[in-house]
Amino acid sequence: MSKYILKRVLLMIPTLIGAGILVFFLMRLIPGDVCELRFAGTGLYVDQEQIDICRKDLGIDRPMFVQFADFMFGFFTFDFGKSMWTGKPILEEIGLRFQLSLQVAIMATIVATVIAIPLGAISAIKQDTWLDYAVRAFSIAGIAIPSFWLGIMIILGLLIITQEMTGIPWMPPIEYRPIWVDPVHNISQLIWPAVATGYRYSAVATRMTRSALLEVLREDYIRTARAKGLVEKIVINRHALKNSMLPVVTIIGIEFAFLMGGLVVTEQVFNLNGLGKLFVESVTNHDYAMTQALVMLVVLIFVITNFFIDLAYAWLDPRIRYS
Amino acid sequence: MLKQTGRLALAAAVGLGLAAGAGAAKAQTPKSGGILNFVVGSKIPSFDGHQETTFGMIHPIRPFYSLLIRVNPANPSDPTDFECDLCEGDVPEATDGGTKYTFKIRKGVKFHDGTPLTSADIKATMDKIVFPPEGVPSARKAFFRAVESITTPDDHTVVFKLKFPTAAFIPALATPFNFVYSKKDLDEHGMEWHKANVNGTGPFKFVQHQPGAFVEGVKYQDYHLEGRPYLDGFKAIAAPKMAVRLQAIRGDRAAIEFRGFPPKARDDLVKALGDKITVQESDWNCVLLATPNQQRKPFDDARVRQALTLGIDRWGGSKYLSQIAIVKTVGGVIFPNHPLAATKEELVKLKGYGEDIEASRAEAKKLLADAGHSGLKVDFSNRGVDQPYKVVGTWLVDQWRKIGVDTQQRVQPSGPFYDTLRKKKDFDVSIDFNCQSVINPIADMTKFLGSAGNNYAGFEDPELEAIYAKIEKENDPKALRNLVRDYETRSLSDEASGIVTLWWYKINPHRSYVKGWKIAPSHYLAQHLDQVWLDK
Repeated sequence: MSKYILKRVLLMIPTLIGAGILVFFLMRLIPGDVCELRFAGTGLYVDQEQIDICRKDLGIDRPMFVQFADFMFGFFTFDFGKSMWTGKPILEEIGLRFQLSLQVAIMATIVATVIAIPLGAISAIKQDTWLDYAVRAFSIAGIAIPSFWLGIMIILGLLIITQEMTGIPWMPPIEYRPIWVDPVHNISQLIWPAVATGYRYSAVATRMTRSALLEVLREDYIRTARAKGLVEKIVINRHALKNSMLPVVTIIGIEFAFLMGGLVVTEQVFNLNGLGKLFVESVTNHDYAMTQALVMLVVLIFVITNFFIDLAYAWLDPRIRYS
Repeated sequence: MLKQTGRLALAAAVGLGLAAGAGAAKAQTPKSGGILNFVVGSKIPSFDGHQETTFGMIHPIRPFYSLLIRVNPANPSDPTDFECDLCEGDVPEATDGGTKYTFKIRKGVKFHDGTPLTSADIKATMDKIVFPPEGVPSARKAFFRAVESITTPDDHTVVFKLKFPTAAFIPALATPFNFVYSKKDLDEHGMEWHKANVNGTGPFKFVQHQPGAFVEGVKYQDYHLEGRPYLDGFKAIAAPKMAVRLQAIRGDRAAIEFRGFPPKARDDLVKALGDKITVQESDWNCVLLATPNQQRKPFDDARVRQALTLGIDRWGGSKYLSQIAIVKTVGGVIFPNHPLAATKEELVKLKGYGEDIEASRAEAKKLLADAGHSGLKVDFSNRGVDQPYKVVGTWLVDQWRKIGVDTQQRVQPSGPFYDTLRKKKDFDVSIDFNCQSVINPIADMTKFLGSAGNNYAGFEDPELEAIYAKIEKENDPKALRNLVRDYETRSLSDEASGIVTLWWYKINPHRSYVKGWKIAPSHYLAQHLDQVWLDK
């Protein structure tokens, strides 16, 4: 097992270098740069001298390979430098958003898991009954409805319903406060994006739970368990459900990693100051340093999540051994 | 408070200050207290006003600073009404043949860290803007080309000596980005310090900035204007999406957004909230231009450029586009409400401004045929921003189709768009815009000169340059106005080197309990917030 862990950790290094090369050069293929955008982007008088000063200041006038070496060295020493747009340390900027994105990802995962596993199991156990059809319709709707659209509908619904009921329109807070500072404010802001994204996320997991459980329920050992006279509840919970969780855990893990940096539109709809919004802003601002750091962070999250998913396999299925 | 009575005051009586909702409000006694929450649709690059150019910085940071002079917040629609902020009394008149301005500095003003303000702080600030040391960016250095020297005869006097008299100086000085810094900060911490730190003499003290989230300020008890500010503090909440800003006002998470909403958003808010919403509207000192690239054939031919401007139905466009976009006013090279701007009678004489659009289009087709370019194809570069770029761009495509021009619109995000406009120059016609803060026509109209750093049409027009040279030095109001008409006719009609589409129109719906804020013709102005109070 320890050999396997070491091998997986070492494999992360070329993955990260590859991602670093890709993001570094792809960003520079986009025409324009942060200085031009900053000075020309508002249509005011543009002084070329000022743009040149800005480029020199940020180091983007240096040869490409020097900039790349600087970036990779910074990455491996955990010094990402400063944002080219705000001038603030990148780790500080990311740190501010990380806690919000992590909380939304955790809440959405809880929402998704709470919905998906019971519904998927019911759907499989009651296959081809009205209950199964209802769950399937619910989950297909979840896949079909974009979470940002659902988010917009939630906000509009809240505004309209509260105005109808109380005369005063209410919407979720638009500024973040950590849960330990103001739990009511925090939850009333983050529960809605968690529901909007968790629903879509649950839809995929529900479908996966259903199909995996159906497959397991047809296995010989389930038939044997039933033939031995075990009660159905134990057959399902102890023997079938646990063994059908392998693909579900994979889906949940990958979705969790995606939520950490991929809630680009939903974060904008709910005005969440998370990593997805920072990602969009840094790309539109041509903030190379920030974009590179964010890509590396997301790659790292994916690599680590996959690593933990693989470890979870061994716990879920003792037949799996890493040697 | 004094009206700037220079030569631009010639027609202060001319209908100025649209501010439809602003003037109607009844005078009320301001109440003190409360926190103003407002939403900002752009990001803060840094806190340094001297090097930044965006309202994303002005809206949250301006309340921490004072200026030497400012646009009168009680009358911001008047482009000639300036008042002292850190200077004493009235804005001074020029002496020595219009080349010397002497400002008396207020006594007893303190920076937020307790340092007393003296003329040395004004000089250090203006030196940084006008004569920045090598390697120090100053976005508005070009505004002060006329300044020869800045001196401080004593602790409370600052003298600006100009190389030549110019009406552009006072408006340039009132630019809201000219934050007054403490000399001590500049000396001790360097020229970069203000990018991430705040120490001003403004009505609010900086509390915190959470990047991407909000900026918070609290009332400065020792503010130099007695009884101000009325607010206990403010919070500027970042909200890049317009829908969020709109819903934030509807749900009372924010009381106001200072940049402006399109007409539909205004109507939605009014429909939902009725009299809980007040709407202020004004002409906006921003204009969208269609810039023909004269480095490419056949756009080096004036007939082709004239055809393009003749094909645009500006009066009709104003009527219909103003219902869906933040554009409305038909105008020439000068902000439409300025005394120097063309009247309608003057405008209709220009090519493309006639009210008979069919006659204009017939002339356009004839010009294209004469030039041998009937069925012209145009590669039209546009910026990927909805309001108003894509709306106006799509309208232009349709307008030009009516004179037989086949236009391919190429929409790109801001970065690549500016790369195309400024560096690659691989476009036939491009959208461009001119958006200024203080209305400063003499400076603003340089945009139409081929030699201007921000003109991307790629042409030389010595005659236009000669007219501008005369404008810069003309002191007689009537002669100045005539010269501006010559400049406008040459630029927009005879040569059609610049094509003005429509001027923007600012619409600010806000919670009715927000009082004291009057709409200005620019989203950069009147943002110090010392005049704002909450009627709750």
